[in-house]
Amino acid sequence: MEPLNALVSLSNFMLIPALAYGSQLALGALGITLIFSILRFAHFAHGDTMALGTAAVIGGTFFLQAQGITEPFGLPTALLAIPFGLLVMIAYLLTADKLVYKYFRKVKAKPLTLVMASLGVMFVTNGITRLFMGVGETRFEDGNRFLFTVREFRDFTGLAEGMALRSAQALTIITALVVMVALFWFLNRTRSGKSMRAYSDNEDLALLSGINPERVVMITWTITAILLVLAGTLYGLDKGFRPFNYFQLLLPMFAAAILGGLGSPIGAIVGAYVVAFAEMGITYAWRRVFTYLMPEGLEPTSMMQLLPVDYKFAVTFAILVIVLLFRPTGIFKGKVL
Amino acid sequence: MSLTARDLGLFAIMFAVLAMVAMFQSPQLAVTILNMSLISAIMALGVNMQWGYAGLFNVGIMGFTAVGGLAVVLIAQPPIPEAWSAGGLGIMLGLMLGVATILAAVVVYKRMAPSKMRGLAIFAVLVVGYLVTSYVFGPAKQAVQAVNPASEGYLGGAGLPVILAWPVGAVFAAGVAWLVGKVSLGLRSDYLAIATLGISEIVIAVLKHERWLARGVNNVTGIERPVARPIELQPLPWVQSLAETLGWSVSQTASVVSGLGYSALFLIVLAILIWLAERALNSPWGRMMRAIRDNEISARAMGKDVTRRHLMIFVLGSAVCGLAGAMMVSMDGQLTPGSYEPLRFTFLIWVMVIVGGSGNNWGAVLGAFVIWFLWVQVEPAGRWFMEIVTSGMADGSDLKQHLLGSAAYMRLLTMGIALLLMLRFAPRGLIPER
Repeated sequence: MEPLNALVSLSNFMLIPALAYGSQLALGALGITLIFSILRFAHFAHGDTMALGTAAVIGGTFFLQAQGITEPFGLPTALLAIPFGLLVMIAYLLTADKLVYKYFRKVKAKPLTLVMASLGVMFVTNGITRLFMGVGETRFEDGNRFLFTVREFRDFTGLAEGMALRSAQALTIITALVVMVALFWFLNRTRSGKSMRAYSDNEDLALLSGINPERVVMITWTITAILLVLAGTLYGLDKGFRPFNYFQLLLPMFAAAILGGLGSPIGAIVGAYVVAFAEMGITYAWRRVFTYLMPEGLEPTSMMQLLPVDYKFAVTFAILVIVLLFRPTGIFKGKVL
Repeated sequence: MSLTARDLGLFAIMFAVLAMVAMFQSPQLAVTILNMSLISAIMALGVNMQWGYAGLFNVGIMGFTAVGGLAVVLIAQPPIPEAWSAGGLGIMLGLMLGVATILAAVVVYKRMAPSKMRGLAIFAVLVVGYLVTSYVFGPAKQAVQAVNPASEGYLGGAGLPVILAWPVGAVFAAGVAWLVGKVSLGLRSDYLAIATLGISEIVIAVLKHERWLARGVNNVTGIERPVARPIELQPLPWVQSLAETLGWSVSQTASVVSGLGYSALFLIVLAILIWLAERALNSPWGRMMRAIRDNEISARAMGKDVTRRHLMIFVLGSAVCGLAGAMMVSMDGQLTPGSYEPLRFTFLIWVMVIVGGSGNNWGAVLGAFVIWFLWVQVEPAGRWFMEIVTSGMADGSDLKQHLLGSAAYMRLLTMGIALLLMLRFAPRGLIPER
């Protein structure tokens, strides 16, 4: 049973958290990649917009809780508040587009000017989020916190090592899968999705064949808003809500999008999981796993942790550098470089 | 050099506003704002070199300033002999082994033909190198950190005069910039942005985590200062008589005098930098840089090595940021890695450059003054505004408490709006490039 124990320990502390984290990153990175391929700029306000979307969902959650409407089927109340968050975020992003980005598109500004504008939006969004939420941590997870706990798992299997599955993690993985499938269906099968891809592929040809660019841009922001709110809410349910953490997600999300190939949705997803597993794997203390795997007397004495957790950004960065050096277009050939 | 009457007028207004702060709020506040504005102006100059001359988008300013700040600790703090004897040798050897590992991997990569074997060989070199390095480095680090951890627990510095740390800080930042630039320049412009964002987070993580280096989050305090501290000035007779003439308290006079001492030092540095930057901008070299910025393809067709020029200007600009970082730490007399925040140290500097006028050195300086002034003053203004808004509400109500408490975040909002308005209505800034 020793290898089984090793596997269970590994799943509990690394595989499942990494899968959940990767799913959250994937939803964020998809947004970055979509904006990049349609609007052609790096959206720096992504992390903070995500925080604002989550703040809206949290507001909705607290309102519902105050009304006594809580925990549908033992699931977090936040799920009921997501539609509200979506509405707020779609309205916010479309307003931001109308007030800020539209002008720069019209005058055909350089991509970096749009990036600057997104910095401005970042500041404003950041300020608004903090006006509502402050800078501290807000927890809004409720309902049954575990699908099964360590003890239940141990009693059920009789293994020495336990494993727990938190409902937030399970929710994240399932939601991410559903959203990804839906997004690909949308992009490949619907008229709007096809027009988006056409526009991203060749702007002039798309315009010639009668695609309305403003409509494509609107759809892009709407999809981005949906992805952002879901990613942010799931991340918040999983790890708690702190505005600054959302800002810091910017680096892994961009790394995932670049790694997969900027502009390629499938690349963003693959990139996100690569980043998540690398971050977790390199900062994980492998001692326990190896204690089970190694023959007796050869158990490791150190933690067997390659890097302290504080350096998870260094891992992301190292991946990014390796990609930039050896394959600047990313795994799935991204956009023109 | 190329200042018009209008530009001079803008500067004059700025100084009049500062003078009003000195009169109506307090002279100390005015001097603090002035000093931080001067440092910010130097940072903005560095960014303006990269962005205004060459169109490079650096979002890692925080990292370069922090590296500059580290230089102050490493130069000015006295060395700690016990720590050195406990593990200094091991740490140095460990660092060298780490560098040797990376170099060995690079050599393997360059010498071997592309094949599966090469991949395996590189992997093997890295794994062996990592194990050997951590075997040497780990215990040495622990030993150093165990030396008197409450007040020391690090290797200390070189015990040299603190002013020396300023150029050294610039060199440190230049070194980091060279590494980043070497990897990411010559690719898409967005890639430099992401790479610099990453390196700045890593620099801060290293500063926070590596306690043997600069005590990490325990902070290094009481660093030697280039200017006498107010407490040392107070007993001096000329300070006391000055206080009498001005009608201020002695402690206030002393802190203003001390602050103005820094202002003088910073002004000298800023003046030299502006002089150099203006000379460079109006030289054939500056024309070449602008030609590259405006049309890379045609510059390349004229035989200019665009990537090399970009690397050069990126290193120069980052060095200026490092210099400013070192100056800031030596003014504060402490290095606090926990206080480095990207919004404050990276994006705020960007707002300064854009608002001031990218491509114009004087614009960057003015932008730094205006934005830093707003940054400091918006918070009290926000509180005042919130007090008016909430004046009708019942005392002790939750909403009132919340609104009053959140006045601090008004400054982020203001900065964002200022940036967006400038980009939209005056994209060339307060003092445009000419």
